[in-house]
Amino acid sequence: MNALCTIAGKEIRDGLRNRWAVTATLVLAGLSLALAFLGSAPTGHVGVPPLAVTVVSLASLTVFLVPLIALILSYDALIGEVERGTMLLLLTYPVRRWQIVAGKFLGHGVLLGLATIIGYGVAGLAIALLSPPETRDNWLAFVTLIATSVALGIAFLALGYLVSSGVREHATAAGIAVGLWLFLVLLFDMGLLGVLAATEGRGLAPALFRWILMLDPTDIFRLINLASFTDVRNYSGMAGLPALAQIPISTLVLGLLAWIGLPLSLTMAIFTRRPL
Amino acid sequence: MIAVELSGTGKCYDRRWAVRDVSLNLAAGERLALLGHNGAGKTTLMKLILGLIRPDQGHIRIFGEIPGQGTRTGKTAIGFLPENVSFHDAMTGHETLRFYARLKRRPVRECNTLLERVGLADAAGRRVATYSKGMRQRLGLAQALLGNPRLLLLDEPTTGLDPALRQSFYDILGDLAGQGTAVLLSSHLLTELEERTDRAAVMHQGRLLAIGSLAELRHQVGLAVEFHLTLADGAAANVTDRFSGFSPRPAGDNRLGLSCRPEDKMTVLRGIGALGTAIRDVELVEPGLNAVYGALTGGPMTVMVAP
Repeated sequence: MNALCTIAGKEIRDGLRNRWAVTATLVLAGLSLALAFLGSAPTGHVGVPPLAVTVVSLASLTVFLVPLIALILSYDALIGEVERGTMLLLLTYPVRRWQIVAGKFLGHGVLLGLATIIGYGVAGLAIALLSPPETRDNWLAFVTLIATSVALGIAFLALGYLVSSGVREHATAAGIAVGLWLFLVLLFDMGLLGVLAATEGRGLAPALFRWILMLDPTDIFRLINLASFTDVRNYSGMAGLPALAQIPISTLVLGLLAWIGLPLSLTMAIFTRRPL
Repeated sequence: MIAVELSGTGKCYDRRWAVRDVSLNLAAGERLALLGHNGAGKTTLMKLILGLIRPDQGHIRIFGEIPGQGTRTGKTAIGFLPENVSFHDAMTGHETLRFYARLKRRPVRECNTLLERVGLADAAGRRVATYSKGMRQRLGLAQALLGNPRLLLLDEPTTGLDPALRQSFYDILGDLAGQGTAVLLSSHLLTELEERTDRAAVMHQGRLLAIGSLAELRHQVGLAVEFHLTLADGAAANVTDRFSGFSPRPAGDNRLGLSCRPEDKMTVLRGIGALGTAIRDVELVEPGLNAVYGALTGGPMTVMVAP
């Protein structure tokens, strides 16, 4: 446990020192503030929109940006150290390989979590200070958004680690990471929409459709945030959704956690067997 | 006490043997030099000893244990300096060493002592990115020395060090060997290893060609001992005739070169003594590690004596 914390601590220090964490936080804070204050411009009025609208906008921002940040942070995490030669030295120390993976992952997770919480928290704080009081339910939706954004980021962090553990050079890892982002963030939903449109919505049984949505962590994220809270549901156009995909929130949360746990376990299994 | 024991050890990558049938022992307090071209299997051998890879043939024992099999003590007792060591550029020298000290569960104050010892005390607060190759190498040595290891593995440790630093580097190794640390180091700089190590192991294409002290290796290879004689005026014909069996060859004014097998060395010296004033000076050149290495690996050409 001690070694794990030492490695995590080094990773956090590294991230803070090379200003990576600061940059990510600033990007997230800037964009979330912009969305919080200008998010209602398309609807015709400028000013702070209802919190529920901000939640919808921020959810879209998360789906695109947070996985990208997570993959950029992680695709190089293991293969980079193998290539630079620092891994070889580290492995001669009394540290187990799973501890190296877990320690680095923990460090990166803390960095990503801090960037997201501070970045979105700034927007939340601004709204709390400048706009009329919101309902408890809407604030719960906002807190859920932050928590699930962190979880989605960590899921993609785990996917990035998985990529990093299997490849022979970091350029390959970068390519696979880009492909993964494109597929899970854009193409998967497009393909699903295409199937639904072509079959006029009758091609997939509702039960099957539910499970297919669980195959993409960004869809789980969307379902948790956009369909679970009344106001948000109305603004996001998901009001008609429950008939199609009624998945209990506990199942969704478990699904998102599985998207963290499975790739991470697989990463450890692969990295432990990896020859040097 | 035996620190490292290899018997018939081999490692195969994709049907190519990187190391094959290597048997050697390294005792506590002994310094063994590992010699070989690039790709001779030196680094693979070190990885085997470190337990980073498992042998496909034979077995290895480090202090009587199979390397890499769990025990903390096994890994804590080994210090390793990889070839072209690299560190995280954003960290300072002191932070880097502290990181490794924590992993080895050593007190942080040990870092200051070690940085002092390798001559990095002044640069300890600077980022590793600003370090020269030699400074990185010294930081690498400092981390290898954490916790007074009982076995030290150094892969090409003196590349990038200037002569003065190399000197202090070997002084540190000498101290450690004196305290009972077993040292295994590989190097291309054969001449400097001659006086700095107890034994040398020559590797070629994954196999161990020879192992022993320089004298033993010389004997095993049977390399010629060279004599450079300076003769009195007019003695050339007589001396050449006297040493006709040792391939005499004129080398300018009143100078004569001879070569003989190691076991005939005293015969030649006695012959020189018997010739009295006909010989004014004699210089004896024993083959160095370079020549021994060349003869063993078929590398640089060397003079072999006909039997």
